[in-house]
Amino acid sequence: MSVAPASPERTPKAATGPKRSVAARARALDPRSYVVYVAFLLILAFFAITLSDDGFLTTNNLLNIVDQTAPITVIAVATVFVLSAGEIDLSIGSVVALSALIAAVVLRDAGLVAGVLAGLATGVAVGLVNGLFVTVFRLPSFLVTLATMGLVAGLARSITDLKSVAVTNFTFTDFFGSGDLGPVSSLILWTIGTVALGHFVYRHRRFGAHVLATGDNAAAARVSGIRVNRTKVAVLVLSATAAALAGLLYAGRLQGANYNLGSSDLLLVISAVVIGGTRLFGGSGSVVGALIGSLIMGVLNNGLILAGLSASEQLIAQGVLLLLAISLTLREPKA
Amino acid sequence: MAAVTPLVQVDGVRKEFGGVVALQGVTLDIDPGEVVALVGDNGAGKSTLIKIIAGVHQPTDGQILLEGEPVRLNTPTDSRQHGIEVVYQDLALADQQPVYMNMFLGRELVRGPLRRMDRDGMAKETQQLLDELDVRVPSPRAIIRDLSGGQRQGVAIARATHWAQRLVLMDEPTAALGVQETGRVEEIILRMRDRGRAILIVSHSLDQVFRLSDRICVLRRGEQVGIKTTSETDGDEIVSMITGLR
Ligand SMILES: Nc1ncnc2c1ncn2[C@@H]1O[C@H](COP(=O)(O)OP(=O)(O)OP(=O)(O)O)[C@@H](O)[C@H]1O
Ligand SMILES: [Mg+2]
Repeated sequence: MSVAPASPERTPKAATGPKRSVAARARALDPRSYVVYVAFLLILAFFAITLSDDGFLTTNNLLNIVDQTAPITVIAVATVFVLSAGEIDLSIGSVVALSALIAAVVLRDAGLVAGVLAGLATGVAVGLVNGLFVTVFRLPSFLVTLATMGLVAGLARSITDLKSVAVTNFTFTDFFGSGDLGPVSSLILWTIGTVALGHFVYRHRRFGAHVLATGDNAAAARVSGIRVNRTKVAVLVLSATAAALAGLLYAGRLQGANYNLGSSDLLLVISAVVIGGTRLFGGSGSVVGALIGSLIMGVLNNGLILAGLSASEQLIAQGVLLLLAISLTLREPKA
Repeated sequence: MAAVTPLVQVDGVRKEFGGVVALQGVTLDIDPGEVVALVGDNGAGKSTLIKIIAGVHQPTDGQILLEGEPVRLNTPTDSRQHGIEVVYQDLALADQQPVYMNMFLGRELVRGPLRRMDRDGMAKETQQLLDELDVRVPSPRAIIRDLSGGQRQGVAIARATHWAQRLVLMDEPTAALGVQETGRVEEIILRMRDRGRAILIVSHSLDQVFRLSDRICVLRRGEQVGIKTTSETDGDEIVSMITGLR
Protein backbone atom coordinates (compact mmCIF):
# COMPACT_ATOMS: atom_id res chain seq x y z
CA MET A 1 0.00 0.00 0.00
CA SER A 2 2.82 2.35 0.84
CA VAL A 3 4.76 1.31 -2.24
CA ALA A 4 1.91 1.63 -4.71
CA PRO A 5 1.55 5.42 -4.82
CA ALA A 6 5.30 5.96 -5.02
CA SER A 7 6.27 3.61 -7.84
CA PRO A 8 4.11 4.74 -10.80
CA GLU A 9 5.82 8.13 -10.67
CA ARG A 10 6.83 8.20 -14.32
CA THR A 11 5.58 5.00 -15.91
CA PRO A 12 1.87 5.67 -16.43
CA LYS A 13 2.76 8.98 -18.01
CA ALA A 14 3.51 7.36 -21.34
CA ALA A 15 0.28 5.37 -21.23
CA THR A 16 -2.27 7.88 -20.00
CA GLY A 17 -0.28 11.10 -20.05
CA PRO A 18 -0.97 12.45 -23.54
CA LYS A 19 -4.68 11.67 -23.48
CA ARG A 20 -5.19 13.27 -20.10
CA SER A 21 -3.13 16.32 -20.87
CA VAL A 22 -5.06 17.00 -24.10
CA ALA A 23 -8.33 16.70 -22.22
CA ALA A 24 -6.99 18.88 -19.43
CA ARG A 25 -5.80 21.44 -21.89
CA ALA A 26 -9.18 21.50 -23.63
CA ARG A 27 -10.84 22.01 -20.27
CA ALA A 28 -8.43 24.77 -19.37
CA LEU A 29 -9.21 26.68 -22.57
CA ASP A 30 -11.18 29.78 -21.79
CA PRO A 31 -13.54 30.59 -24.69
CA ARG A 32 -12.07 34.08 -24.70
CA SER A 33 -8.64 32.65 -25.36
CA TYR A 34 -9.45 31.21 -28.77
CA VAL A 35 -11.74 34.02 -29.94
CA VAL A 36 -8.58 35.81 -31.08
CA TYR A 37 -7.56 32.96 -33.40
CA VAL A 38 -11.02 32.83 -34.95
CA ALA A 39 -11.02 36.60 -35.36
CA PHE A 40 -7.61 36.45 -37.01
CA LEU A 41 -8.78 33.86 -39.54
CA LEU A 42 -11.99 35.80 -40.22
CA ILE A 43 -10.10 39.02 -40.86
CA LEU A 44 -7.64 37.18 -43.12
CA ALA A 45 -10.50 35.57 -45.03
CA PHE A 46 -12.34 38.87 -45.30
CA PHE A 47 -9.38 40.67 -46.87
CA ALA A 48 -8.45 37.64 -48.97
CA ILE A 49 -11.88 37.81 -50.60
CA THR A 50 -12.45 41.56 -50.81
CA LEU A 51 -8.86 42.41 -51.78
CA SER A 52 -8.07 39.43 -53.98
CA ASP A 53 -7.38 41.74 -56.92
CA ASP A 54 -5.11 44.01 -54.91
CA GLY A 55 -2.48 41.39 -54.13
CA PHE A 56 -3.38 40.90 -50.47
CA LEU A 57 -2.93 37.14 -50.52
CA THR A 58 0.48 37.09 -52.21
CA THR A 59 3.33 35.52 -50.26
CA ASN A 60 5.22 38.74 -50.61
CA ASN A 61 2.49 40.79 -49.05
CA LEU A 62 1.92 38.36 -46.20
CA LEU A 63 5.62 38.19 -45.37
CA ASN A 64 5.70 41.95 -45.58
CA ILE A 65 2.97 42.11 -42.93
CA VAL A 66 5.02 39.96 -40.56
CA ASP A 67 8.09 42.13 -41.23
CA GLN A 68 6.21 45.30 -40.48
CA THR A 69 4.71 43.99 -37.27
CA ALA A 70 8.03 42.66 -35.92
CA PRO A 71 8.82 45.64 -33.66
CA ILE A 72 5.23 45.65 -32.36
CA THR A 73 5.38 41.93 -31.66
CA VAL A 74 8.69 42.25 -29.82
CA ILE A 75 7.29 44.94 -27.51
CA ALA A 76 3.96 43.12 -27.19
CA VAL A 77 5.69 39.99 -25.85
CA ALA A 78 7.22 42.05 -23.04
CA THR A 79 3.98 43.92 -22.46
CA VAL A 80 2.23 40.60 -21.76
CA PHE A 81 4.55 40.30 -18.74
CA VAL A 82 3.94 43.89 -17.66
CA LEU A 83 0.15 43.67 -17.80
CA SER A 84 0.19 40.21 -16.22
CA ALA A 85 2.08 41.67 -13.28
CA GLY A 86 -0.69 44.24 -12.86
CA GLU A 87 1.41 47.12 -14.19
CA ILE A 88 1.49 49.09 -17.42
CA ASP A 89 4.31 50.74 -19.36
CA LEU A 90 3.28 53.79 -21.38
CA SER A 91 6.86 54.84 -22.07
CA ILE A 92 7.56 52.15 -24.68
CA GLY A 93 6.91 54.35 -27.72
CA SER A 94 9.30 57.05 -26.52
CA VAL A 95 11.95 54.48 -25.62
CA VAL A 96 11.80 53.16 -29.20
CA ALA A 97 12.81 56.57 -30.55
CA LEU A 98 15.45 57.40 -27.93
CA SER A 99 17.19 54.01 -28.17
CA ALA A 100 17.17 54.07 -31.96
CA LEU A 101 18.72 57.54 -31.98
CA ILE A 102 21.31 56.76 -29.32
CA ALA A 103 22.22 53.52 -31.09
CA ALA A 104 22.54 55.37 -34.42
CA VAL A 105 24.73 58.12 -32.99
CA VAL A 106 27.01 55.81 -31.00
CA LEU A 107 27.19 53.44 -33.97
CA ARG A 108 28.36 56.29 -36.15
CA ASP A 109 30.90 57.57 -33.60
CA ALA A 110 32.09 54.44 -31.79
CA GLY A 111 31.25 51.40 -33.84
CA LEU A 112 28.80 48.55 -34.10
CA VAL A 113 29.00 46.82 -30.75
CA ALA A 114 29.03 50.06 -28.78
CA GLY A 115 26.02 51.29 -30.75
CA VAL A 116 23.95 48.17 -30.10
CA LEU A 117 24.88 48.10 -26.43
CA ALA A 118 24.14 51.80 -26.00
CA GLY A 119 20.72 51.36 -27.60
CA LEU A 120 19.81 48.44 -25.35
CA ALA A 121 21.31 50.12 -22.27
CA THR A 122 18.98 53.04 -22.87
CA GLY A 123 16.05 50.66 -22.49
CA VAL A 124 17.48 49.05 -19.38
CA ALA A 125 18.06 52.46 -17.82
CA VAL A 126 14.54 53.74 -18.49
CA GLY A 127 13.11 50.45 -17.21
CA LEU A 128 15.14 50.72 -14.00
CA VAL A 129 13.93 54.28 -13.44
CA ASN A 130 10.33 53.19 -13.99
CA GLY A 131 10.80 50.21 -11.68
CA LEU A 132 12.44 52.31 -8.99
CA PHE A 133 9.58 54.78 -8.84
CA VAL A 134 6.96 52.03 -8.90
CA THR A 135 8.52 49.95 -6.13
CA VAL A 136 10.57 52.19 -3.88
CA PHE A 137 8.20 55.15 -4.01
CA ARG A 138 5.13 52.93 -4.43
CA LEU A 139 3.66 54.98 -7.26
CA PRO A 140 1.25 53.60 -9.85
CA SER A 141 3.08 52.55 -13.00
CA PHE A 142 0.43 54.32 -15.06
CA LEU A 143 1.55 57.71 -13.74
CA VAL A 144 5.27 56.92 -13.52
CA THR A 145 5.48 55.74 -17.12
CA LEU A 146 3.22 58.56 -18.29
CA ALA A 147 5.85 60.93 -16.89
CA THR A 148 8.82 59.04 -18.32
CA MET A 149 7.01 58.79 -21.65
CA GLY A 150 7.12 62.58 -21.90
CA LEU A 151 10.60 62.84 -20.45
CA VAL A 152 12.09 60.27 -22.81
CA ALA A 153 10.27 61.74 -25.82
CA GLY A 154 11.79 65.11 -24.94
CA LEU A 155 15.26 63.59 -24.69
CA ALA A 156 14.78 61.92 -28.07
CA ARG A 157 13.91 65.24 -29.62
CA SER A 158 16.75 67.17 -28.03
CA ILE A 159 19.53 64.63 -28.42
CA THR A 160 19.95 65.29 -32.13
CA ASP A 161 18.06 68.55 -32.27
CA LEU A 162 15.16 66.91 -34.14
CA LYS A 163 17.52 65.74 -36.87
CA SER A 164 17.46 62.22 -38.29
CA VAL A 165 20.58 60.09 -38.13
CA ALA A 166 21.44 57.74 -41.00
CA VAL A 167 22.65 54.22 -40.30
CA THR A 168 25.10 53.04 -42.92
CA ASN A 169 26.63 50.06 -41.15
CA PHE A 170 25.37 47.14 -43.20
CA THR A 171 26.22 44.55 -40.59
CA PHE A 172 23.84 46.40 -38.31
CA THR A 173 21.08 46.90 -40.86
CA ASP A 174 21.30 43.29 -42.06
CA PHE A 175 21.17 41.94 -38.53
CA PHE A 176 18.38 44.22 -37.33
CA GLY A 177 15.82 44.25 -40.04
CA SER A 178 17.03 44.66 -43.58
CA GLY A 179 18.77 41.32 -44.11
CA ASP A 180 17.62 37.80 -44.91
CA LEU A 181 18.73 34.36 -43.86
CA GLY A 182 17.92 32.25 -46.90
CA PRO A 183 14.26 32.84 -47.64
CA VAL A 184 13.53 34.24 -44.19
CA SER A 185 13.95 37.89 -43.27
CA SER A 186 15.80 38.81 -40.11
CA LEU A 187 12.62 40.50 -38.87
CA ILE A 188 10.75 37.20 -39.03
CA LEU A 189 13.56 35.55 -37.11
CA TRP A 190 13.40 38.26 -34.45
CA THR A 191 9.64 37.73 -34.25
CA ILE A 192 9.92 33.96 -33.89
CA GLY A 193 12.81 34.26 -31.44
CA THR A 194 11.14 36.70 -29.06
CA VAL A 195 7.78 34.95 -29.15
CA ALA A 196 9.37 31.54 -28.51
CA LEU A 197 11.55 32.83 -25.69
CA GLY A 198 8.72 34.90 -24.22
CA HIS A 199 6.30 32.00 -24.33
CA PHE A 200 8.80 29.67 -22.71
CA VAL A 201 9.54 32.03 -19.84
CA TYR A 202 5.90 32.99 -19.39
CA ARG A 203 4.46 29.49 -19.37
CA HIS A 204 7.31 27.25 -18.32
CA ARG A 205 9.61 29.14 -15.98
CA ARG A 206 8.86 30.00 -12.39
CA PHE A 207 9.38 33.66 -13.24
CA GLY A 208 6.23 33.55 -15.39
CA ALA A 209 4.23 32.09 -12.52
CA HIS A 210 5.57 34.75 -10.16
CA VAL A 211 4.63 37.51 -12.60
CA LEU A 212 1.09 36.15 -12.79
CA ALA A 213 0.80 35.77 -9.02
CA THR A 214 2.09 39.31 -8.51
CA GLY A 215 -0.58 40.74 -10.80
CA ASP A 216 -3.26 38.45 -9.48
CA ASN A 217 -2.83 38.99 -5.74
CA ALA A 218 0.32 40.83 -4.71
CA ALA A 219 -0.36 40.27 -0.99
CA ALA A 220 -0.74 36.53 -1.51
CA ALA A 221 2.38 36.45 -3.64
CA ARG A 222 4.33 38.30 -0.97
CA VAL A 223 3.33 36.02 1.91
CA SER A 224 4.18 33.07 -0.34
CA GLY A 225 7.75 34.31 -0.50
CA ILE A 226 7.61 35.75 -4.03
CA ARG A 227 9.71 38.89 -4.32
CA VAL A 228 6.97 41.10 -5.63
CA ASN A 229 9.02 44.28 -6.02
CA ARG A 230 11.82 42.52 -7.80
CA THR A 231 9.27 41.00 -10.15
CA LYS A 232 7.79 44.42 -10.90
CA VAL A 233 11.19 45.95 -11.63
CA ALA A 234 12.03 42.97 -13.82
CA VAL A 235 8.95 43.30 -16.03
CA LEU A 236 9.42 47.05 -16.42
CA VAL A 237 13.07 46.58 -17.39
CA LEU A 238 12.00 43.81 -19.75
CA SER A 239 9.47 46.02 -21.48
CA ALA A 240 11.75 49.03 -21.89
CA THR A 241 14.53 46.76 -23.16
CA ALA A 242 12.13 45.17 -25.65
CA ALA A 243 11.17 48.68 -26.78
CA ALA A 244 14.88 49.45 -27.22
CA LEU A 245 15.28 46.31 -29.33
CA ALA A 246 12.29 47.39 -31.40
CA GLY A 247 14.06 50.73 -31.87
CA LEU A 248 17.09 48.88 -33.25
CA LEU A 249 14.81 46.92 -35.59
CA TYR A 250 13.29 50.15 -36.92
CA ALA A 251 16.73 51.70 -37.34
CA GLY A 252 17.91 48.57 -39.17
CA ARG A 253 14.91 48.39 -41.45
CA LEU A 254 14.73 52.11 -42.25
CA GLN A 255 18.54 52.49 -42.18
CA GLY A 256 18.24 55.49 -39.97
CA ALA A 257 16.64 56.85 -36.83
CA ASN A 258 14.51 59.83 -35.96
CA TYR A 259 12.55 61.07 -32.97
CA ASN A 260 9.28 60.03 -34.56
CA LEU A 261 9.98 56.30 -34.53
CA GLY A 262 7.56 54.33 -32.41
CA SER A 263 5.20 57.26 -31.94
CA SER A 264 2.14 55.16 -32.80
CA ASP A 265 3.37 51.96 -31.19
CA LEU A 266 1.74 52.32 -27.77
CA LEU A 267 -1.79 52.00 -29.14
CA LEU A 268 -0.77 49.12 -31.41
CA VAL A 269 1.04 47.21 -28.67
CA ILE A 270 -1.67 47.56 -26.03
CA SER A 271 -4.28 46.61 -28.64
CA ALA A 272 -2.31 43.58 -29.75
CA VAL A 273 -1.79 42.36 -26.20
CA VAL A 274 -5.37 42.92 -25.03
CA ILE A 275 -6.85 41.47 -28.22
CA GLY A 276 -4.53 38.53 -27.64
CA GLY A 277 -6.32 37.72 -24.40
CA THR A 278 -4.08 39.28 -21.75
CA ARG A 279 -6.00 40.68 -18.85
CA LEU A 280 -5.46 44.41 -18.42
CA PHE A 281 -5.51 44.12 -14.63
CA GLY A 282 -3.07 41.30 -14.25
CA GLY A 283 -3.14 37.61 -13.44
CA SER A 284 -3.63 36.06 -16.86
CA GLY A 285 -2.43 36.41 -20.40
CA SER A 286 -0.88 34.80 -23.44
CA VAL A 287 2.30 35.46 -25.39
CA VAL A 288 1.14 33.55 -28.46
CA GLY A 289 -2.14 35.46 -28.24
CA ALA A 290 -0.17 38.71 -28.31
CA LEU A 291 1.58 37.56 -31.49
CA ILE A 292 -1.80 36.89 -33.10
CA GLY A 293 -3.07 40.23 -31.82
CA SER A 294 -0.07 41.94 -33.34
CA LEU A 295 -0.63 40.16 -36.65
CA ILE A 296 -4.29 41.19 -36.57
CA MET A 297 -3.21 44.82 -36.21
CA GLY A 298 -0.74 44.33 -39.07
CA VAL A 299 -3.22 42.62 -41.36
CA LEU A 300 -5.80 45.28 -40.64
CA ASN A 301 -3.31 48.03 -41.34
CA ASN A 302 -2.17 46.39 -44.57
CA GLY A 303 -5.67 45.55 -45.76
CA LEU A 304 -6.93 49.05 -45.07
CA ILE A 305 -4.03 50.57 -47.00
CA LEU A 306 -4.70 48.26 -49.94
CA ALA A 307 -8.36 49.21 -49.69
CA GLY A 308 -7.29 52.81 -50.06
CA LEU A 309 -7.90 54.19 -46.57
CA SER A 310 -5.83 57.16 -45.44
CA ALA A 311 -3.54 57.11 -42.43
CA SER A 312 -6.08 58.96 -40.32
CA GLU A 313 -8.82 56.55 -41.30
CA GLN A 314 -6.57 53.64 -40.28
CA LEU A 315 -6.06 55.21 -36.89
CA ILE A 316 -9.82 55.39 -36.50
CA ALA A 317 -10.15 51.74 -37.51
CA GLN A 318 -7.49 50.73 -34.96
CA GLY A 319 -9.29 52.64 -32.23
CA VAL A 320 -12.59 50.99 -33.10
CA LEU A 321 -10.96 47.57 -33.07
CA LEU A 322 -9.44 48.17 -29.65
CA LEU A 323 -12.82 49.28 -28.30
CA LEU A 324 -14.38 46.16 -29.75
CA ALA A 325 -11.67 43.97 -28.29
CA ILE A 326 -11.87 45.39 -24.79
CA SER A 327 -15.63 45.17 -24.72
CA LEU A 328 -15.36 41.52 -25.67
CA THR A 329 -12.55 40.61 -23.30
CA LEU A 330 -13.05 42.82 -20.26
CA ARG A 331 -16.70 41.98 -19.84
CA GLU A 332 -16.08 39.88 -16.77
CA PRO A 333 -18.97 38.73 -14.65
CA LYS A 334 -19.00 40.62 -11.38
CA ALA A 335 -19.41 38.40 -8.32
CA MET B 1 5.10 15.91 31.17
CA ALA B 2 7.31 18.87 32.03
CA ALA B 3 10.27 17.19 30.33
CA VAL B 4 8.81 17.64 26.86
CA THR B 5 10.04 20.83 25.18
CA PRO B 6 7.05 22.66 23.72
CA LEU B 7 7.02 23.00 19.95
CA VAL B 8 6.38 26.71 20.11
CA GLN B 9 6.82 29.04 23.05
CA VAL B 10 5.50 32.58 23.00
CA ASP B 11 7.52 34.20 25.78
CA GLY B 12 6.44 37.52 27.26
CA VAL B 13 5.53 39.04 23.92
CA ARG B 14 4.61 42.71 23.76
CA LYS B 15 3.60 44.60 20.64
CA GLU B 16 3.04 48.30 20.22
CA PHE B 17 1.79 50.06 17.12
CA GLY B 18 2.88 53.64 17.53
CA GLY B 19 1.51 54.36 20.98
CA VAL B 20 -1.13 51.62 20.94
CA VAL B 21 -0.31 48.53 22.96
CA ALA B 22 -1.82 45.61 21.03
CA LEU B 23 -0.25 42.83 23.10
CA GLN B 24 1.54 42.70 26.43
CA GLY B 25 3.10 39.92 28.43
CA VAL B 26 1.61 37.15 26.33
CA THR B 27 3.00 33.73 27.16
CA LEU B 28 1.77 30.54 25.54
CA ASP B 29 3.18 27.08 24.83
CA ILE B 30 1.97 24.82 22.06
CA ASP B 31 2.87 21.12 22.00
CA PRO B 32 3.25 18.98 18.89
CA GLY B 33 -0.06 17.72 17.51
CA GLU B 34 -2.07 20.04 19.73
CA VAL B 35 -4.90 22.35 18.70
CA VAL B 36 -4.91 25.59 20.67
CA ALA B 37 -7.75 28.05 20.17
CA LEU B 38 -7.12 31.75 20.56
CA VAL B 39 -10.22 33.66 21.62
CA GLY B 40 -11.03 37.19 22.67
CA ASP B 41 -13.13 40.19 21.76
CA ASN B 42 -12.58 42.38 18.72
CA GLY B 43 -9.26 44.16 19.05
CA ALA B 44 -8.05 41.79 21.77
CA GLY B 45 -4.84 41.17 19.81
CA LYS B 46 -5.49 37.72 18.32
CA SER B 47 -4.53 38.60 14.75
CA THR B 48 -1.52 40.51 16.01
CA LEU B 49 -0.23 37.44 17.84
CA ILE B 50 -0.81 35.28 14.77
CA LYS B 51 1.07 37.78 12.60
CA ILE B 52 4.00 37.88 15.00
CA ILE B 53 4.39 34.10 14.83
CA ALA B 54 3.90 34.30 11.05
CA GLY B 55 6.78 36.77 10.70
CA VAL B 56 4.54 39.59 9.46
CA HIS B 57 5.05 41.71 12.59
CA GLN B 58 8.02 41.74 14.94
CA PRO B 59 7.43 41.84 18.70
CA THR B 60 8.38 45.05 20.49
CA ASP B 61 9.54 42.92 23.39
CA GLY B 62 9.68 39.23 24.30
CA GLN B 63 10.55 36.33 22.04
CA ILE B 64 9.38 33.26 20.17
CA LEU B 65 11.09 29.91 20.78
CA LEU B 66 10.84 26.89 18.54
CA GLU B 67 11.67 23.61 20.27
CA GLY B 68 13.40 25.60 22.95
CA GLU B 69 15.53 27.73 20.61
CA PRO B 70 14.85 31.47 20.35
CA VAL B 71 14.21 32.41 16.70
CA ARG B 72 13.99 35.69 14.81
CA LEU B 73 10.98 35.73 12.52
CA ASN B 74 11.56 38.90 10.54
CA THR B 75 9.64 37.98 7.40
CA PRO B 76 6.95 35.46 6.41
CA THR B 77 9.72 33.60 4.61
CA ASP B 78 11.60 33.15 7.91
CA SER B 79 8.53 31.61 9.50
CA ARG B 80 7.92 29.34 6.54
CA GLN B 81 11.49 28.16 6.68
CA HIS B 82 10.89 27.19 10.29
CA GLY B 83 7.94 25.06 9.23
CA ILE B 84 5.17 27.51 10.12
CA GLU B 85 2.33 28.08 7.65
CA VAL B 86 -0.63 30.45 7.83
CA VAL B 87 -4.21 30.14 6.61
CA TYR B 88 -5.52 33.66 6.19
CA GLN B 89 -9.20 34.42 6.14
CA ASP B 90 -9.18 35.60 2.54
CA LEU B 91 -5.76 36.93 1.76
CA ALA B 92 -3.63 34.29 0.28
CA LEU B 93 -4.97 32.70 -2.90
CA ALA B 94 -4.30 33.97 -6.40
CA ASP B 95 -7.75 33.96 -7.98
CA GLN B 96 -6.94 33.59 -11.66
CA GLN B 97 -4.51 30.73 -11.13
CA PRO B 98 -5.30 27.02 -10.94
CA VAL B 99 -5.50 25.15 -7.65
CA TYR B 100 -2.16 23.40 -8.14
CA MET B 101 -0.33 26.67 -8.79
CA ASN B 102 -1.71 28.07 -5.56
CA MET B 103 -0.66 24.94 -3.75
CA PHE B 104 2.91 25.50 -4.94
CA LEU B 105 2.90 29.33 -5.03
CA GLY B 106 6.47 30.54 -4.59
CA ARG B 107 7.71 26.94 -4.40
CA GLU B 108 6.92 25.65 -7.87
CA LEU B 109 8.38 22.30 -8.88
CA VAL B 110 10.80 22.36 -11.81
CA ARG B 111 12.46 19.63 -13.81
CA GLY B 112 15.01 19.15 -16.55
CA PRO B 113 18.02 21.20 -17.57
CA LEU B 114 15.82 24.13 -18.64
CA ARG B 115 14.17 24.15 -15.22
CA ARG B 116 10.72 23.93 -16.75
CA MET B 117 7.87 24.07 -14.31
CA ASP B 118 6.54 20.58 -13.70
CA ARG B 119 2.84 21.34 -14.07
CA ASP B 120 1.81 17.71 -14.32
CA GLY B 121 3.82 16.84 -11.23
CA MET B 122 2.30 19.71 -9.26
CA ALA B 123 -1.21 18.80 -10.37
CA LYS B 124 -0.65 15.18 -9.39
CA GLU B 125 0.71 15.97 -5.94
CA THR B 126 -2.12 18.41 -5.42
CA GLN B 127 -4.69 15.78 -6.33
CA GLN B 128 -3.13 13.34 -3.87
CA LEU B 129 -3.17 15.84 -1.04
CA LEU B 130 -6.72 16.98 -1.74
CA ASP B 131 -7.81 13.34 -1.75
CA GLU B 132 -6.08 12.63 1.55
CA LEU B 133 -7.75 15.58 3.26
CA ASP B 134 -10.99 14.97 1.36
CA VAL B 135 -11.07 18.50 -0.03
CA ARG B 136 -13.51 18.28 -2.92
CA VAL B 137 -12.68 20.44 -5.90
CA PRO B 138 -13.54 19.59 -9.53
CA SER B 139 -9.89 19.27 -10.51
CA PRO B 140 -6.45 20.41 -9.36
CA ARG B 141 -6.43 22.42 -12.60
CA ALA B 142 -9.63 24.29 -11.70
CA ILE B 143 -9.25 28.05 -11.42
CA ILE B 144 -9.65 29.39 -7.86
CA ARG B 145 -12.15 32.01 -9.04
CA ASP B 146 -14.57 29.20 -9.96
CA LEU B 147 -14.52 27.61 -6.49
CA SER B 148 -16.83 28.21 -3.53
CA GLY B 149 -15.57 29.89 -0.37
CA GLY B 150 -15.38 26.55 1.41
CA GLN B 151 -13.46 24.94 -1.41
CA ARG B 152 -11.01 27.84 -1.42
CA GLN B 153 -10.42 27.57 2.29
CA GLY B 154 -9.99 23.82 1.80
CA VAL B 155 -7.27 24.55 -0.73
CA ALA B 156 -5.59 27.03 1.62
CA ILE B 157 -5.65 24.52 4.47
CA ALA B 158 -4.37 21.74 2.24
CA ARG B 159 -1.51 24.01 1.20
CA ALA B 160 -0.63 24.78 4.80
CA THR B 161 -0.79 21.08 5.69
CA HIS B 162 1.49 20.23 2.83
CA TRP B 163 4.20 22.73 3.72
CA ALA B 164 3.95 23.10 7.50
CA GLN B 165 6.51 20.94 9.25
CA ARG B 166 5.61 22.26 12.67
CA LEU B 167 2.69 24.61 13.07
CA VAL B 168 -0.32 25.89 11.19
CA LEU B 169 -1.75 29.28 12.13
CA MET B 170 -5.38 29.97 11.22
CA ASP B 171 -7.02 33.36 11.63
CA GLU B 172 -10.80 32.93 11.51
CA PRO B 173 -10.64 30.32 8.74
CA THR B 174 -14.41 29.89 8.59
CA ALA B 175 -15.55 33.47 9.23
CA ALA B 176 -16.68 33.93 5.63
CA LEU B 177 -18.37 30.54 5.30
CA GLY B 178 -21.91 29.23 5.69
CA VAL B 179 -22.89 26.48 8.11
CA GLN B 180 -22.33 23.56 5.78
CA GLU B 181 -19.04 24.79 4.40
CA THR B 182 -17.86 25.53 7.93
CA GLY B 183 -18.60 21.92 8.83
CA ARG B 184 -16.58 20.68 5.86
CA VAL B 185 -13.64 22.92 6.70
CA GLU B 186 -13.70 21.78 10.33
CA GLU B 187 -13.47 18.18 9.15
CA ILE B 188 -10.47 19.11 7.05
CA ILE B 189 -8.85 20.82 10.03
CA LEU B 190 -9.33 17.68 12.14
CA ARG B 191 -7.78 15.52 9.44
CA MET B 192 -4.88 17.90 9.33
CA ARG B 193 -4.44 17.60 13.08
CA ASP B 194 -4.48 13.82 12.72
CA ARG B 195 -1.43 14.22 10.51
CA GLY B 196 0.42 15.60 13.52
CA ARG B 197 0.48 19.30 12.82
CA ALA B 198 0.15 21.66 15.76
CA ILE B 199 -2.57 24.22 15.16
CA LEU B 200 -3.20 27.68 16.58
CA ILE B 201 -6.64 28.78 15.52
CA VAL B 202 -8.45 32.09 16.04
CA SER B 203 -12.21 31.84 16.14
CA HIS B 204 -15.16 33.89 17.31
CA SER B 205 -17.38 30.81 17.39
CA LEU B 206 -17.19 29.16 20.80
CA ASP B 207 -19.00 26.10 19.45
CA GLN B 208 -16.24 25.72 16.92
CA VAL B 209 -13.58 26.26 19.55
CA PHE B 210 -15.06 23.48 21.68
CA ARG B 211 -15.37 21.16 18.69
CA LEU B 212 -11.77 21.58 17.55
CA SER B 213 -9.41 22.55 20.34
CA ASP B 214 -7.46 20.82 23.09
CA ARG B 215 -6.80 24.03 24.97
CA ILE B 216 -8.18 27.54 24.87
CA CYS B 217 -6.11 30.69 25.30
CA VAL B 218 -8.08 33.82 26.14
CA LEU B 219 -6.83 37.32 25.33
CA ARG B 220 -8.41 40.44 26.73
CA ARG B 221 -7.22 43.86 25.61
CA GLY B 222 -3.86 42.50 24.61
CA GLU B 223 -3.29 40.51 27.79
CA GLN B 224 -3.39 36.77 28.18
CA VAL B 225 -5.98 36.20 30.90
CA GLY B 226 -5.91 32.42 31.06
CA ILE B 227 -5.39 29.13 29.32
CA LYS B 228 -7.93 26.34 29.92
CA THR B 229 -8.02 22.70 28.94
CA THR B 230 -11.06 22.45 26.70
CA SER B 231 -12.47 19.32 28.33
CA GLU B 232 -12.28 20.93 31.75
CA THR B 233 -14.07 24.17 31.03
CA ASP B 234 -17.34 25.36 29.51
CA GLY B 235 -18.71 28.17 27.41
CA ASP B 236 -19.80 30.26 30.36
CA GLU B 237 -16.35 30.28 31.90
CA ILE B 238 -14.71 31.22 28.60
CA VAL B 239 -17.25 33.97 27.94
CA SER B 240 -16.66 35.46 31.36
CA MET B 241 -12.91 35.38 30.76
CA ILE B 242 -13.34 37.08 27.39
CA THR B 243 -15.53 39.82 28.77
CA GLY B 244 -13.96 40.10 32.20
CA LEU B 245 -17.42 39.92 33.81
CA ARG B 246 -18.51 37.31 36.24
N1 LIG C 1 -0.99 47.35 11.69
C1 LIG C 1 -1.53 47.95 12.76
N2 LIG C 1 -1.27 49.26 13.02
C2 LIG C 1 -1.79 49.85 14.09
N3 LIG C 1 -2.59 49.25 14.98
C3 LIG C 1 -2.89 47.97 14.79
C4 LIG C 1 -2.38 47.25 13.66
N4 LIG C 1 -2.85 45.98 13.71
C5 LIG C 1 -3.61 45.91 14.81
N5 LIG C 1 -3.64 47.09 15.47
C6 LIG C 1 -4.35 47.35 16.72
O1 LIG C 1 -4.00 46.37 17.63
C7 LIG C 1 -5.11 45.96 18.39
C8 LIG C 1 -5.34 44.46 18.26
O2 LIG C 1 -5.77 44.18 16.91
P1 LIG C 1 -5.98 42.72 16.35
O3 LIG C 1 -6.24 42.85 14.90
O4 LIG C 1 -4.86 41.87 16.76
O5 LIG C 1 -7.30 42.27 17.09
P2 LIG C 1 -8.12 40.93 16.93
O6 LIG C 1 -8.16 40.27 18.26
O7 LIG C 1 -7.62 40.13 15.79
O8 LIG C 1 -9.57 41.50 16.61
P3 LIG C 1 -10.71 40.93 15.64
O9 LIG C 1 -11.46 39.91 16.43
O10 LIG C 1 -11.55 42.12 15.38
O11 LIG C 1 -10.05 40.39 14.43
C9 LIG C 1 -6.28 46.80 17.91
O12 LIG C 1 -6.41 47.90 18.77
C10 LIG C 1 -5.85 47.25 16.56
O13 LIG C 1 -6.42 48.48 16.23
MG1 LIG D 1 -8.38 39.57 13.86
